[in-house]
Amino acid sequence: MRTVSSTRSRWGLRTLGLGYLALLLLAPLVMIFYKTFEHGLAPPLDAITSPDGLHALKLSLLMVAIAVPLNTIFGVGCALLLVRHKWKGNGAIDAIINLPFAISPIVIGLSLFLLYGAKGWFGPGLAEAGIEVLFSVPGMVLASIFVSLPFVVRETVPVLQEIGTEQEQAASTLGANAWQTFWRITLPAIRWGVAYGVVLTTARVLGEFGAVSIVSGQISGETETLPLFVEKQFANFNTAGAFGASVLLAVLALTTLLAMNVLKRKEDA
Amino acid sequence: MSAHPASAPSVPAAPRAGIRLPWVGAGLGRGTVVLYLSLIVLLPLAALTSQAFEDGLGTFWTQVTSPQAVRSLELTIICSLIVVAINAVFGTIIAWLLVRDEFPGKSVVNAVIDLPFALPTIVASLTLLALYGNDSPVGIDISSTRTAVVVALLFVTLPFVVRAVQPLLIEMDREMEEAAASLGASGFTIFRRIIFPNLLPGLAAGVALAFARALGEFGSVLLFAGGLPQTMVSSVFIRQQIESGNDIGASAVSVVLLIAALLMLAVITWIQRWGSRHERSSGAGLTVMPMSGLDPSSEGEGDDDEDR
Repeated sequence: MRTVSSTRSRWGLRTLGLGYLALLLLAPLVMIFYKTFEHGLAPPLDAITSPDGLHALKLSLLMVAIAVPLNTIFGVGCALLLVRHKWKGNGAIDAIINLPFAISPIVIGLSLFLLYGAKGWFGPGLAEAGIEVLFSVPGMVLASIFVSLPFVVRETVPVLQEIGTEQEQAASTLGANAWQTFWRITLPAIRWGVAYGVVLTTARVLGEFGAVSIVSGQISGETETLPLFVEKQFANFNTAGAFGASVLLAVLALTTLLAMNVLKRKEDA
Repeated sequence: MSAHPASAPSVPAAPRAGIRLPWVGAGLGRGTVVLYLSLIVLLPLAALTSQAFEDGLGTFWTQVTSPQAVRSLELTIICSLIVVAINAVFGTIIAWLLVRDEFPGKSVVNAVIDLPFALPTIVASLTLLALYGNDSPVGIDISSTRTAVVVALLFVTLPFVVRAVQPLLIEMDREMEEAAASLGASGFTIFRRIIFPNLLPGLAAGVALAFARALGEFGSVLLFAGGLPQTMVSSVFIRQQIESGNDIGASAVSVVLLIAALLMLAVITWIQRWGSRHERSSGAGLTVMPMSGLDPSSEGEGDDDEDR
């Protein structure tokens, strides 16, 4: 049956492929945990429970609490429009949604920095109204929304295409209005796809570094999310603190992987 | 397209096309989407472009062609090309192992492939530095070298090729390979003549995505490769320019990266059209960046009230 791989070439490929993964993925992952707990539990715990650390954690969770629901509502609505409503602008919308995948986070950060900066189109007007966007939470939220924009749309579109419209038509024939049809038929059918998109969005928002670093100004205890906290601690030669926050982020990343796998199975089932 | 209004059954109010945006009309929904995209994505990018050309095309060109900017762009492109070539080979091997081989722990390996997507880039940089930096437990110190740039980019782009090739391998018809083998073709010939051409659309899409990602990567390179002149990739250069107050220089190089990103997206779209017979499978398989976009044939199917 195995037409290509003789035993020898199979072992060769295994050594190459798995060896590469071990060096590039596994070793770094092990290293985070080793480095963090090298000198016991106390140093990383102290770092995370320091006022700046706790503030960074809270701010990261705030980013998730704002950006993820917004992008989820937008994502599902946008996917419905793209799949179910033919329009000549759909191609353009689809292309714009892919932009955050390809644009450098630094470029995203700089774009927001320029738009809301003192010389930017929006900066002066908003400053007069007393709204600070740069170096404060609103700018960081905008950056988080930008970088995590595509995930829910991209995960929902194929699922919507797959489920088709028969059940929805049946529901509306039986007298359900559009709202009822959406909640009772469409959403249950696409929920795992949406959930998968939500997991990816959350992971991206939690981990975003480049774009947020530009717009936040990285003020400790004020505009520092966990990834920014990692860099700051490293720059201040507090390696234990940097690794303490890193372990927290790594655990969240592993949880994300687990969630992705569970959801993938549910989606395929 | 299937039902002309005239031939539709006489219940005009029933939404034949399944659910619409339930709480608003499509027009309002579209308006919201366009507004959201404009505010979040388009306006900032317009501000960036406008800043880059604020002092005219000449200044833009001077900034882009300054020795430092050129050096960073060259380094970024060369490193990205190397990275993409290495990951094309290893990504295909890994995808092959995951689909055609059986070994203990395969499902764990399959799950771990996505780690670079889930792990924050700054954490990746920190841990790569701990592992292959001057304190390395394995005695390899490559920090602050160009090799470090390549290793960091290899890490963050690893999943792209694997996830793009994997679904094509799963779908591939084994009969052709068996026929070729029974006719006496060697393993390498079968790979070159049968397997590789079938994997090519996925491989090309994965490579293009990885290349786009590598060109713009920032966090993972930052701590590990640092900001020395000889290891400064474009994104790090841009941040340095922002910090030194050179907004035009920063935005000029950013526009170059932006154009490169747009080009890569165009290339990916083109690859997907070209390999459109695989579209469904790649859409289902590209776990994190399923750029399959819309299937033009089923888009808006049956909805013939094209308003506005």
